[in-house]
Amino acid sequence: MKRLVSFSAAAIFVIALAAGCGGSKKSTSSTSTTAAGGKGGTMLTLANTAPSGSPDPQVNYTLQEWQLLIFTHDGLVAFKRTGGTEGTKIVPDLAESIPTPTNGGKTWVFKLRPGIKFSNGQTLSGADVKATFERLFKIGNSPNAGSWYNVIVGGDACVKTPASCDLSKGVVVNGNTVTFHLTQGDPEFLDKLAVPFAFILPADTPTKNVDIPPPGTGPYKWAQYAPTKQIKLVRNPYFKVWSKDAQPAGNPDVIIQKFGLTPDAEVTQVQNGQADWMFDQVPAGRLNEISTKYADQVHINPLTQVEYMALNTRIPPFNNLKARQAVNYATDRNALVKIFGGPQLATPTCQILPPNFPGYEPYCPYTKNPGSGKWTAPDMQKAQQLVNESGTKGMAVKVNTTNIDPPKSYGLYFVGLLNKLGYKASLQPLSSSIQYPYVQNSKNKVQMGYSDWFQDYPAASDFLVILLGCGSFHPNSNSSPNIAAFCNKGIQAKMDQAGQTGITDPTAANQQWAQVDKEVTDQAPWVAMMNQKYVNFVSKRVKGFIFSPQWYFLLDQASVQ
Amino acid sequence: MAEFAYEPEPEVVLAPGESIQEISGKSPWRLAGRRLLRNRSAMASLAIFLAIVAVSFGAPIYSNYIAHTEWKSPNISGTTVVDGKRVEVIQQGGGKLGLGEIPIGPTWRTNYLVGADQQGRDVMARVLYGGRASLQIGIWSAVLCCAIALVLAMLAGFYRRWSDSVLSRTMDLIWAFPVYLLAISLATVLLTKPNGLQWGPIHVVSSSLWVPTVIIAVVYVPYVFRPVRGQVLSIREKEYVEAATAAGASNRRLMFSEILPNVLTTVIVMLPLMIATTVLTEAALSFLGIGVQEPQASWGTIIDDGQGLLYTRPLVAIVPGIMIVLVVLSLNVFGDGLRDALDPRAKVR
Repeated sequence: MKRLVSFSAAAIFVIALAAGCGGSKKSTSSTSTTAAGGKGGTMLTLANTAPSGSPDPQVNYTLQEWQLLIFTHDGLVAFKRTGGTEGTKIVPDLAESIPTPTNGGKTWVFKLRPGIKFSNGQTLSGADVKATFERLFKIGNSPNAGSWYNVIVGGDACVKTPASCDLSKGVVVNGNTVTFHLTQGDPEFLDKLAVPFAFILPADTPTKNVDIPPPGTGPYKWAQYAPTKQIKLVRNPYFKVWSKDAQPAGNPDVIIQKFGLTPDAEVTQVQNGQADWMFDQVPAGRLNEISTKYADQVHINPLTQVEYMALNTRIPPFNNLKARQAVNYATDRNALVKIFGGPQLATPTCQILPPNFPGYEPYCPYTKNPGSGKWTAPDMQKAQQLVNESGTKGMAVKVNTTNIDPPKSYGLYFVGLLNKLGYKASLQPLSSSIQYPYVQNSKNKVQMGYSDWFQDYPAASDFLVILLGCGSFHPNSNSSPNIAAFCNKGIQAKMDQAGQTGITDPTAANQQWAQVDKEVTDQAPWVAMMNQKYVNFVSKRVKGFIFSPQWYFLLDQASVQ
Repeated sequence: MAEFAYEPEPEVVLAPGESIQEISGKSPWRLAGRRLLRNRSAMASLAIFLAIVAVSFGAPIYSNYIAHTEWKSPNISGTTVVDGKRVEVIQQGGGKLGLGEIPIGPTWRTNYLVGADQQGRDVMARVLYGGRASLQIGIWSAVLCCAIALVLAMLAGFYRRWSDSVLSRTMDLIWAFPVYLLAISLATVLLTKPNGLQWGPIHVVSSSLWVPTVIIAVVYVPYVFRPVRGQVLSIREKEYVEAATAAGASNRRLMFSEILPNVLTTVIVMLPLMIATTVLTEAALSFLGIGVQEPQASWGTIIDDGQGLLYTRPLVAIVPGIMIVLVVLSLNVFGDGLRDALDPRAKVR
């Protein structure tokens, strides 16, 4: 999931991706909790803007809306609603249990729990499940329909002709039993069923984008969606707890998210107790203040994400391996961490996969005294030697970033560094709204471009295949997440192999992904910079803060009473 | 046959404190210079402006020989000596959690006199270097704007008919766009060109100072064109022009010998006021990230850098702000003085 958290605009954008395969569900995270409070009251949260794009749950691809959808809707399975490593575990939700796939991972049989009702009073049935997956294709603009769910038999035909989508052979309903037939084994199929695109909607939901999420089965329902004003969620009168792990009852009676304030103003409101939580990151200029005066209201949690500068492997100077490695050796990752806010808020990294992620094994060749897997200091001598050997010295390099901090400051740092290495570097800062499509499009010939990546779900392929797989590079397209245009046939074969292994042996697959991670890192298509932490700033009255590694702050599990 | 109309010579108008004896026999330019030198507030403003220009263009001396600090390259992991102690330029935030990194504040010494920015660069050195860029863009764009406007206004006002229609409607079209919106649109298009701008043999990199200079000059052309064209139209009907025409003067002679010297004073009066305006526009565009491109500095980019430090290091934004205020104020006061000197009949102050 591409997420751009702007410190000034604070908008979150996410793009359509091509999904890979492989990986497993092992991951860790941290959670911060305070004593739990009571039920009732109104939780007032703030965000600079409404979630970008359509509010339709099968279209919207932002953490901002997903954080709310998880307690208004349910899928057949869910990520366990808790903090820490447990939060990445898949548990049964609308289904009674997690099935074991048969037929080489191609057949999945789910039995629905009986008596579950939507917030409009209708009872959930197998027909709703089938209709939901057909609607995913019929609406025509669900970002991952063609890459995540086309594995369902009939899915490819639905991608071609959405209006006449028929999944009768792929989603077979027999009473309360729903059987999925896939065209091939997919080790990440359960992950894909646990995200909002696959949340079950009533069968009669219109097959066009809706202006407010339709009725769901969770403890809350959407009462208002005014993109310039606020979102309001109220209790679903038909909800009864069927699984505390998958969908526990919420604490506040009403949850509101108001839009329009700057992150600076949001900090002030939370400080004053006028709001309970701000979705946007705390601006760097206010960190010292909240650290000094409001430390008890701050929760810091590591994220499974990576910040990086992609080096275009197809145009000079970075079509030269030594030039790419030189920049990696020269990069002072501590300086970049300082720009972001200091060692409390980020950890330097050299590799693609973030810590505590499936397939992660610490690895950092681009440091002084390598071997420990950790970055310690830049090696300018080695970098200079590599630049000289590469024959790229003196070439012009344009460093592309967004025009807001901290990415702009990262860019400035790299301009200075590249000039020191003998290149002629300049900065190309672009507005956040256009930088990501621009940097992806090979037509723009971006030599070095900033980006970041947040997990969709805990699987190594979600980083390695999507961001560095041969199939993720689409020439002249604004939707080409492989910004480095990296394609190594040998490494791609190993990615494919790890994906296959994942169907039957997730542990072995993760070892293969770890090897892929190292080999990609050696090829230096990126300067991996750091793994960030998330600063949640809550009001004094918020109790029971839980941080899920999948959904971040579980708003409904906190109390404001 | 045109009807002969006699207009008596206007009465000689004296500036305050002048007598007929003092001005008799002196050329208008000399008189204007005399009046200007007598205007204390205008001369004080000019002195302030020239002082700012001088220190700005002396930025390398300050950076290399006085402060010994970095103004362009990041110095995030760097250190400096304050009161005999070596301290980090970017320091870890305080409090229980130690969040945030704060640049060193004002040392009131030669190094980091008013502190550092988020990249660990000396703000004072950047303000001086930024002054060079801001003033360079401001002055050149105003000169370019006035020159283009003068040429176009002469053509439109002198030849009238279709040339006046075409040029005036074109200016109306440019004028119809809000200045900043037009400048932002032009800058966004020009700055995102991957290989800069190429016009035949001329290649301009997108980070060149000429990009904002030309953009600012172009968007303000109608603001100078209008009054100058009006004056050309008026002067063209004056008796001495008609007399010159009757005496067989060529168009070129009429334009350069009869009309141009009389409209030049208007342009000269407008120039300092235009510089003040263009300096402000440059600051606004650079603040928005579409003027001067980092790591080069201008007062606008430094204010932008300081925006994120308002709570911890407000001087980063305040110092370039003060420089802009001083430049704009001094140019406006000087411009008023210049107008008084060149046109003592003007009643509006």
